[in-house]
Amino acid sequence: MDKPQSFQEIILRLQAYWAGKGCAMLQPYDMEVGAGTFHPATTLRSLGSKPWAAAYVQPCRRPTDGRYGENPNRMQYYYQYQVILKPSPPDLQALYLGSLEAIGIEMDLHDIRFVEDDWESPTLGAWGLGWEVWCDGMEVSQFTYFQQVAGMDCKPVSGELTYGLERLAMYVLGIDHVMDMPFNAPDAPVPLTYGDIFRQTEAEFARWNFDVANTEVLLRHFEEAEAECAAILAQPEVDPKTGKRIIMAHPAYDQAIKASHVFNLLDARGVISVTERQAYIGRVRALTKACAEAFVQTEAGGAA
Amino acid sequence: MDYLLELFSEEIPARMQKRAGEDLQRLVTNGLVEAGITYESAAVFTTPRRLCLSVCGVLEESPTVREERKGPRVGAPEKAIEGFLRGAGVRREDLVVKADKKGDVYVAEIVKPGRAAAEVISEVVSGVIANFPWPKSMRWGDGPMRWVRPLHSVLSILGKSEEVQVVPLAIDVPVGDSTEGHRFMGAGRFSVTGFEDYEAKLKAAYVMLDPAERADKIWHDATNGAFALGLEVVEDRGLLAEVAGLVEWPVVLMGDIAEDFFDLPPEVLQSSMREHQKFFSVRNPKTGRIEKFITVANRETADSGATILAGNQKVLFARLSDAKFFWENDLRVPLSDMAAKLANVTFHNKLGTQAERVARIAALAREIAIDVKADPALAAQAAEICKADLMSEMVYEFPELQGLMGRYYAEKAGLPQAVANACEQHWQPLGPSDDVPSEPVSVAVALADKIDTLTGFWAIDEKPTGSKDPFALRRAALGVIRLVLENGVRANLAANIEESFLNILAQWANSNWLLVESRHPIHDDSVAYANFYSDHKFVGREVVRKFSNDKTLICAFEPVFNDAHPNLETSQYIPKLTALKLALLAFFHDRLKVYLKDKGIRHDVIDACLNMPGNDDLTLLNKRAEALQAFLNSDDGENLLQGYKRAANILRAEEKKDGVAYEGTPDVKFAEAAEEQALFAALDAAGPKIEAALGAEDIEAAMAALAALRAPIDAFFEGVQVNAENEIVRRNRLCLLNEIREVMHKVAMFSEIGG
Repeated sequence: MDKPQSFQEIILRLQAYWAGKGCAMLQPYDMEVGAGTFHPATTLRSLGSKPWAAAYVQPCRRPTDGRYGENPNRMQYYYQYQVILKPSPPDLQALYLGSLEAIGIEMDLHDIRFVEDDWESPTLGAWGLGWEVWCDGMEVSQFTYFQQVAGMDCKPVSGELTYGLERLAMYVLGIDHVMDMPFNAPDAPVPLTYGDIFRQTEAEFARWNFDVANTEVLLRHFEEAEAECAAILAQPEVDPKTGKRIIMAHPAYDQAIKASHVFNLLDARGVISVTERQAYIGRVRALTKACAEAFVQTEAGGAA
Repeated sequence: MDYLLELFSEEIPARMQKRAGEDLQRLVTNGLVEAGITYESAAVFTTPRRLCLSVCGVLEESPTVREERKGPRVGAPEKAIEGFLRGAGVRREDLVVKADKKGDVYVAEIVKPGRAAAEVISEVVSGVIANFPWPKSMRWGDGPMRWVRPLHSVLSILGKSEEVQVVPLAIDVPVGDSTEGHRFMGAGRFSVTGFEDYEAKLKAAYVMLDPAERADKIWHDATNGAFALGLEVVEDRGLLAEVAGLVEWPVVLMGDIAEDFFDLPPEVLQSSMREHQKFFSVRNPKTGRIEKFITVANRETADSGATILAGNQKVLFARLSDAKFFWENDLRVPLSDMAAKLANVTFHNKLGTQAERVARIAALAREIAIDVKADPALAAQAAEICKADLMSEMVYEFPELQGLMGRYYAEKAGLPQAVANACEQHWQPLGPSDDVPSEPVSVAVALADKIDTLTGFWAIDEKPTGSKDPFALRRAALGVIRLVLENGVRANLAANIEESFLNILAQWANSNWLLVESRHPIHDDSVAYANFYSDHKFVGREVVRKFSNDKTLICAFEPVFNDAHPNLETSQYIPKLTALKLALLAFFHDRLKVYLKDKGIRHDVIDACLNMPGNDDLTLLNKRAEALQAFLNSDDGENLLQGYKRAANILRAEEKKDGVAYEGTPDVKFAEAAEEQALFAALDAAGPKIEAALGAEDIEAAMAALAALRAPIDAFFEGVQVNAENEIVRRNRLCLLNEIREVMHKVAMFSEIGG
């Protein structure tokens, strides 16, 4: 297969590949998250008994990773490509390798390796076994069989693939600094690099994340999101207006996502001490757990 | 017959393969043998994707077992006979009649027929797979099975030469006579007829089955490649085993390290390459520098690995750029500034920050320095910066370089070499086989570090329990023992513990004072605090120092502190000094027992030495135990012990009978027999000799003085009846026996010695 020419072409090829394998092509979740796993299409849908197959790009925000757009491969805002298949098909490894071929990695020339890397997310109360996938010594994806999410056993087990898009694309395109990477086709009427789009925003957000974000406001946001999450879940199952049973797992989970992101911002501002850190993580985990428990009571969560 | 089993799965973590292979062999072969299927030989092989077990010379059928069971007597009620038939599973006509003591009885012969090997194998292997002891296992898809990673197929064949049968297994995965080769270079599934066929076909499909063969190939190709360039590969067996577990078809590739990185410490290059990339380091023996790397690919390529190598080189360049960035940044920061940052790191919430801990270690190292003949100022200086490198960017990235980086940074800062070395060596020994530092400054800091850790966790009641030892306190105690014994250090551990404890108390006092101030910014209603502090002028270390001269004050300290600080958490963690010293010393003694037992000293010999004066001087304790064991192994020692036991037994019996303790001083004027008088003389002579020898810490001389008692004691028991008619003589003799005990107890508690 010919080589892709740009960052977006790699994304488009992944989309086409996984669409061809029957995944629902979802859009990014419209909230700030630290990883593609936070998208309810992964966190919540990996629970319960219903089959599921989805793929999506998810912008991720990790405030502490901001480097003002100067680091060759570290940013506070970047993209992950996420595939979630439930139950995990027996040929998941082969499917995954097919996706690498689709973006122009020739299996005959490269050394692809599955190196042990067990995955755990303390804020999601989730863990799984799998590997980081190496291509010529570079980690290009995370490959996980979910065992537990929000403290609940995953039955059936979901297979999750996470591609770090910038790093993978830089490797495929042979680029040394992320900001130099062509975002659209280099011969387009308006050729744009990754830097044209994100260099300035990286600097702006780095400054805000590290030095300006109002920590009092953020602390309040955290408390509010936590309270709202609990309040939503405390509502009776039957909606008094419509008379229908409507458990609001997703609105509650939005609040958990919000609390998690606010915690990340507070962490970047350096106002969370080592001991407090664990306590905050525990609070976010308690929220996601409550949401997950609500979700499995819903139809999408496999409840009869 | 030969049995071949292959469990073909997705990639098994390298670190688990060896153990898994051993478990597979043990569990399957034990199961077969238990069921009566013996075998001649078995071998196990692992690759990243398969566990393979080959069992040769398997018995075709387990032997038939015959058993006779005795039943009711002839003529017993019909019901009893029927019951027996049911139980034994035989028919009436199969019973035979045999004569017994009580008359004729029915006897049933029960025959358990042999079972075919295939049947037994199927049962055993299915069970082993279902309950395999993986350190961590998982489920996949919607099946119920557990394995380390998804299991795809199982090859399970039993046969002789060409006659091969598939042994079916009760598992939810295809079982047959076929497998696959290399993930990328192999060409689909193939069937096999036996182990040799299997191994050969795998090799043709680019899979080297034997991990030892893969490791050999990697090492051979790597060293040859390096040798051709006048270089050498840095030996790393752990890495070699790991890499051999990451590939089925090893291809060794050597790449360049950019010259920009040659100035980094070689350990930094090695760590960076080993931990993140699994690369071997290639050294230039002329310069000692790491100049190239070796990576092991899992395949051959048309461009002879050029693309693979280029990719690896690029990743390494990024990694080493980071390392160089850390190194250069760190060199710009004085060690004292790094040490200052330790104030932001909590060591333990009840024991304060790393900076506070460092201050305690420095104070203690200064004291211990005198015992180990180190310069106290250098020891304190070393202690103050010994943890500084924990705050360096390099150690943050590569925690395994702690200590080593401290040494480099101290050297670069031009500090005395003894101080720089202590930065690295004070962590040692990290385990029973790790080197023990011998430079006095390093020894002082290493001891202070470990004693502070132990005292601290004892002070807050976080002792190891059972298998739980989260703060590695047993290792710390063993470290102290090895540092003391291997360097022949003469020190009073109890005094060190006390010193260490006072440092902690002082710190608590100070930080609570600050805590009180910050919680009560203005004068508030803290009258109790104000009274407490003015009464005791309790403002910090100096006052605790003053207290330390008066032990009763330390003990009195606790209630006062508790009254004054009813709500302060730390106050409940202040144990009394004496209790803490005894408990911690007992812990050291426990660890010492384990340590000396490994050195061949009997546990009862150690017990006999533990409760002697000066038992917190581990070197003396060790010396006493060694001398005692040598003495007991001698003829004199062996016999003297018998004499001691005889004396002790008689005394115990008579004291029990009479309800009195014979502890008076015996009088020679009541001694009648010559043997008795001789024993008096011998004991009189031995007493002062032993005391003089012990005073001079000449344990061997004390033992020799004891040895002189052997003959008189033997003679006494030979010629003298202890329980004489005359009550006065009898009592005098019992007191004389007690005298034997007393004199011998000056050297060791012989009562603890068994046998």
